[in-house]
Amino acid sequence: MSNSESREVDLIKDPGLPAHVHRRTDTDPVAAKRAERQVAILFSLSALGTLLLIFSFIFISDETFIFIPVMGETNAHQLGLGLGMAIALFCIGAGAIHWAKTLMPDEEIVVQRHEFRSDDEDRADFVKTVKEGAANAGLGRRPLIKRTLGAALGLSGLTPLLLLRDLGPLPGDDLKKTHWKAGTRLVTDPGDRPIRPEDLEIGAVAQTQPEFPEGKERHLEDIAKDAVLLIRMRPEEFNLDSERLSWTHEGIIAFSKICSHMGCAVALYEQTTKHLLCPCHQSTFDVTRAAKVIFGPAARPLPQLAITVDAEGYLVAQAPFSEPVGPSFWGRLS
Amino acid sequence: MTARERIAGNVAGYVDDRTGGAKWMKKNLQKVFPDHWSFLLGEICLYSFIILLLSGTFLTFWFDPSMREVVYEGAYEPLQGVKMSAAYASALEISFEVRGGLLMRQIHHWAALIFMIGIVVHLMRVFFTGAFRKPREFNWIIGVGLLTLGIVEGFLGYSLPDDLLSGTGIRIAEAIIQAIPVVGSYLSYFAFGGAFPGLAFIPRIYVVHVLLLPGIFLALITVHLMLVWYQKHTQFPGPGRTEKNVVGYPLMPVYMAKAGGFFFIVFGVTAFLGAVASINPIWLYGPYNPGQVSAGSQPDWYMGWLDGLVRMSPPIETYLFGYTISWNILIPGLILPGIIFTGLALYPFIESWITGDKREHHLLDRPRNAPNRTAIGAMALTFTLVSLINGGNDIIATSFDLTINQMMWFSRIAIIVLPPIAFIVTKRLCLSLQRADRDLVLHGRETGRLVRMPNGEFVEVHEPISPEKAWLLTSHEQLAPLELPEVDGAGVRRPAAIRNKIRNRISRAHAVAVPKATETERRELEGHH
Repeated sequence: MSNSESREVDLIKDPGLPAHVHRRTDTDPVAAKRAERQVAILFSLSALGTLLLIFSFIFISDETFIFIPVMGETNAHQLGLGLGMAIALFCIGAGAIHWAKTLMPDEEIVVQRHEFRSDDEDRADFVKTVKEGAANAGLGRRPLIKRTLGAALGLSGLTPLLLLRDLGPLPGDDLKKTHWKAGTRLVTDPGDRPIRPEDLEIGAVAQTQPEFPEGKERHLEDIAKDAVLLIRMRPEEFNLDSERLSWTHEGIIAFSKICSHMGCAVALYEQTTKHLLCPCHQSTFDVTRAAKVIFGPAARPLPQLAITVDAEGYLVAQAPFSEPVGPSFWGRLS
Repeated sequence: MTARERIAGNVAGYVDDRTGGAKWMKKNLQKVFPDHWSFLLGEICLYSFIILLLSGTFLTFWFDPSMREVVYEGAYEPLQGVKMSAAYASALEISFEVRGGLLMRQIHHWAALIFMIGIVVHLMRVFFTGAFRKPREFNWIIGVGLLTLGIVEGFLGYSLPDDLLSGTGIRIAEAIIQAIPVVGSYLSYFAFGGAFPGLAFIPRIYVVHVLLLPGIFLALITVHLMLVWYQKHTQFPGPGRTEKNVVGYPLMPVYMAKAGGFFFIVFGVTAFLGAVASINPIWLYGPYNPGQVSAGSQPDWYMGWLDGLVRMSPPIETYLFGYTISWNILIPGLILPGIIFTGLALYPFIESWITGDKREHHLLDRPRNAPNRTAIGAMALTFTLVSLINGGNDIIATSFDLTINQMMWFSRIAIIVLPPIAFIVTKRLCLSLQRADRDLVLHGRETGRLVRMPNGEFVEVHEPISPEKAWLLTSHEQLAPLELPEVDGAGVRRPAAIRNKIRNRISRAHAVAVPKATETERRELEGHH
C-alpha cells in the first residue's frame, strides 16, 4: 500500500462542492407561480383519471369492444378502468415530483459519516462481556450439559421432518407402472372410442389412452403416465430390429407421449421427416428408428408400446411398457 | 403561530410524550439521501413489491386455489362445458366476470416482471459500482436472497392459474425434483401428495405464494432498508464528496416528496401496462392436461435463462449399479444455478480476498476504474444472456427463419466461447476509457478549433477541463496488488506458498490500471500547450 500512497501525494486537488446555482423558481416569483399552477394541473388531471375510472366502472358494459389502432379490438370497460387508474396514479406522482424539483429547497446538505467500528475500549469491553457471560453459563466447564443440549437440539430438529412425512405416500413402484396391460384396448383421447387400424390413414397421428372399465374415471395422474401416441406410416419406412418391428401393426407404431427428458407431452409430429419434437426443450425423436434421440437434451428414446389387434379387430397392447415412462429418476432401472 | 402550526406542534408533542422519540425523529427526518437516477432502481423494486401485495390481495378474494374438477359454466364461451380445475375456472372468473379483475391480474403480472427486472438491474448497479464492499456485504447477501426467492415466487405465481402453459412448467419442475439422486422420487411424491399432478399441489403452492414467501420478503426487505438507512447511502464520487461525508437532500420534505411521488409513478406505469398490454392470456391456453402442450411454451423471462440452460444441455445420463443419474437435468437445473447464486452471494468476500482491502467504502467506483470486476460482470451477463436467448430458441428460430438445430448449436458453443471474450473485451475497454480519462486531464478537451502555426503546421486547440471534472477523473484510488511472501526470512518456502502465489497472481490481474494523471504531470504538460 506504500506504493499507492506515494502517488497520492501529488493528487489533483478536490475543488470542493460547486457553488449552488439558483433555479428560476427561486429567483423569479412569476416562474414560481407558474410551477405552482403546473403542479395543481397535474393533481387535477389525476382527479379526472379517477372520474374516468368511476365512469368506466358504472357506465361502460364489459361487453363493449372498440377498435384502437395497434391494439386492435379492445374491451372498452377494462381499458377505461386501466387508463383511469393509470392517469390518476401517475399524475399524483408527477405532481409531487415536479413540486419537489421546482419549489422545495434544492440545496444539497453535507452530513459527516462515522466509522462503524466502535473504539478499542468499547470493543474490548464487549468481548469481555461475551466471555464473562459464556464463563458464567459455564458451558465450557460442564461438557455434560453441552453434549446433552446438543443432542437434544439436534433430535428436536427431526420433529418437523417427521411431521411432514404425511405430505404424500411413498412412490413405491408407482412410477414404473401404467394402466397398459396385455390386451388393453387403445381408445381415442378425447372420445374414448376403440380404434381399428383402418381408422388411421398413412401419415396420421392419434393420441390414445388405455381403455378403462365402465365407471372408472380417468384422472390427470393417469393421463400423465398413460398417454400414447399412435403414428401410421408405410411399413417399409421402418428401420427397426425384428423385435421392435413385431411391436408394430401394419405400419402403426405406438410410443409413450410423455417425454423421456422432463415429462412434457411430445406433441409435434413432422410428417415429412418422421420426427417427433418435444416443444418444451426441443428433444427430437426419429419415429422410424424406434424414437431414437437425434437431437436435444433427452438421453433416452420414448418407450415403445407393443401393439396388435384383438379378435374384434381393435388395436390393443401386446404387453405393458417394457420400461418406466416419463422423466428419469434414481431407481428407474432397479 | 397559525392554527396549523399549533396542530403540528401538538401532534409532535403527543408522539414524543408517549415515545420520547423527538430526538430520533428530528435526526432522521433530516436524514440525507444522495441523488442519482440509478438509486431509483431499488425503489422500483420496493414499490412494485407493494403493488404486488395490493393487487395480489385483490386477486385472493376470488381465486379458488383448488384442483377439484369442475365443468366450466362461466362467461367465456369457447371453454363452456370443458372440465377444468376450480383454480383455472376462478382465474377465468376473475378475468371475465369480476369488474377490473383482468386489469388487476395484468397489473399483478406486470408488477412481478417489473419487480424482477428491477432487482436484476439494481443488482447490476450495486455490482458494477462496488457498492457491495465493506460495510455493505450483509445487504448484498440479502439482495441475492431476494433475487433467488423472487424467481421462485414468480414461478409459483404464474403456476397458480393451472392453465396448460403453467401446468407444463410445473411438470418440468417436478422432473427436476425427480432427478435429484436417491431421494428425488420421494421428494416429488411428498411435494405433490402422490403421483403428478394430483390434487394437492395448487393449494400448497398457494399458501407458499401468498403467505410464506411474502412474509419472508417483508422481513428481508425491512432489514435491507434498515441497513441502508443506518449505514447511510453510498454516493458517486465528485467534488466535495468524500468517504467521510454524504451529500444530498433531506428526507423531509424533498426526498419524501420525490420518493412518494415515484411510488405513484411506478404504480401508474404498471396500471398503464395492465390496461393496454395483454399478458398471460390464460383463456387461450385451456386447462392443464399432461397429455397436451402448446407449441412455443415459454417461461417468464427470469426463469427463461434456466430453461435455456436445460435446453442446450447435452443428452447425458449415467447408469451406475442400476441407478440413474440424469446429468442433462441436474447440471443445468440444479448444479449450475447453485454455483452461480453461491458465487454471486460470496463475491464481496472473494474480491476483498483478492485485493486484501478491508476498509470501509462509501464512495462508488466508476465501473471503468475497476476493470477486472466490470469484466467479471460482463462475463456473467453474457453467460446469462446466451442462456436466455436459448430459452427462446424456438421463438427466435421461427421469427428469423433459422432451424432449432442452428440455434441450439450456436448456444452450446457461445455459452463457452462468448463469456471469456466478453471478459477480455470489457477489461480492454475499461483500460482504454481510463487512458482516455488520463488524456483528457492532461491534454484537455478537444475544441474542434484548428489553428495554423507560423511554420504552416495545423494544430487543434485543446482547452483545459474544469477543476471539478479533473477531480472526478482522478479522485479514484489505485490500489497496488498484493505482494504476499512465498518464502520466509530464511529463504524457506512458507506453508502457504502456493496459495499466496495464486493470490498474488489474481491480485496483480485485478490491479491492472492506467496510472491516473497527477498534478505534477499536468503542470509539466501545461508548458507545452
